[in-house]
Amino acid sequence: MDHVPLTPVGSFLAGFRAAATSVFSLVLIGTYVGVGALGHNYGFSLAWVLLSTLLVWAGPAQVILISTLGAGAPPLEAAVAVGLSGMRLLPMVVTLLALIKRADTRARDLLLPAHLTAVSMWVESLRLLPTVPREERIAFANGLGCGFLLAAHGGAVLGYYLAASFPPLLTAGLLFLTPMAFLASTARNSRLLAERLALAFGLLLAPLLAYAGIGLDLMWTGVLGGSAAYAVHRLREARR
Amino acid sequence: MSMLGDLAPYLVLLAAGFLPNEMWRMLGVVVAHGLDERSELVLWVRSVATALLAGVVAKILFFPPAGLAEVPLAVRLVAIAIGFAAFLTLRRSVLAGVVVGEAGLMLGALWFPG
Repeated sequence: MDHVPLTPVGSFLAGFRAAATSVFSLVLIGTYVGVGALGHNYGFSLAWVLLSTLLVWAGPAQVILISTLGAGAPPLEAAVAVGLSGMRLLPMVVTLLALIKRADTRARDLLLPAHLTAVSMWVESLRLLPTVPREERIAFANGLGCGFLLAAHGGAVLGYYLAASFPPLLTAGLLFLTPMAFLASTARNSRLLAERLALAFGLLLAPLLAYAGIGLDLMWTGVLGGSAAYAVHRLREARR
Repeated sequence: MSMLGDLAPYLVLLAAGFLPNEMWRMLGVVVAHGLDERSELVLWVRSVATALLAGVVAKILFFPPAGLAEVPLAVRLVAIAIGFAAFLTLRRSVLAGVVVGEAGLMLGALWFPG
């Protein structure tokens, strides 16, 4: 099929349109309704919630940040937990950039697509980019990421105002969105034994460590729970 | 409020949210060679992130923000359990899990007010 080359703006808009028609936009709106509601009830301003969406751009990291800081934990504790959760972005960025860069691509042109990389954008990029000519991919990926970012902002504003105006029962439901949706979507993304065990270990460890009053409980939950799950996987592999 | 007092939440956002998260993305720009997605290191990273995320879910349930805290702990735990059971049985649909879990939470909160 002949492809009429697009200008960078045209490629950006094509990516933006792809975001508008992607099911992930709805998922993001739902996720960020939860984030916005959490932000409101943990006492953050709407501007802060929106800026965190723009700068952090990772639902899990934002929920960690809002729930730890909002509960009065020291910023260092929040930073360590956010840093650990952010590690998973590294392999995602590497595979995405391998798909969009050319021999003559400047590193600074990769900063925006790297920043826009989050689970939703990454999954859709890997699905859609192979059909896009390589010279149009960076602009396309940026358009896709910006479209998703816009959807997330809309969700956050909606959740923030709903939490402020809903009666108590519906507010409780709104705040329950994040744990329920995160649990189900994390389980859905966990295909390997190590990941499924990590999910179970994390659910059990976090409340135990928190009730025991252990500092940096989220960090230990991630490191101990994740490493133990990984160790079980290694032991099983070794026995084969 | 002092200038610093107004700015403090934003400085914390930069230091505790933006920087520790963004450093991994920037590292991804610097790492020139491909990182094998099936490598053992990546699996460990994903396991740690998964356990951490599960931990965040559990902590929000056990130590909820105002608004969710008014619902008794037992109702919160039963609701997440039936939501998760619905997710598992209904073709691993996240939407089904959320709908059933939410219905469980709100009905439970009506029947057992805190």
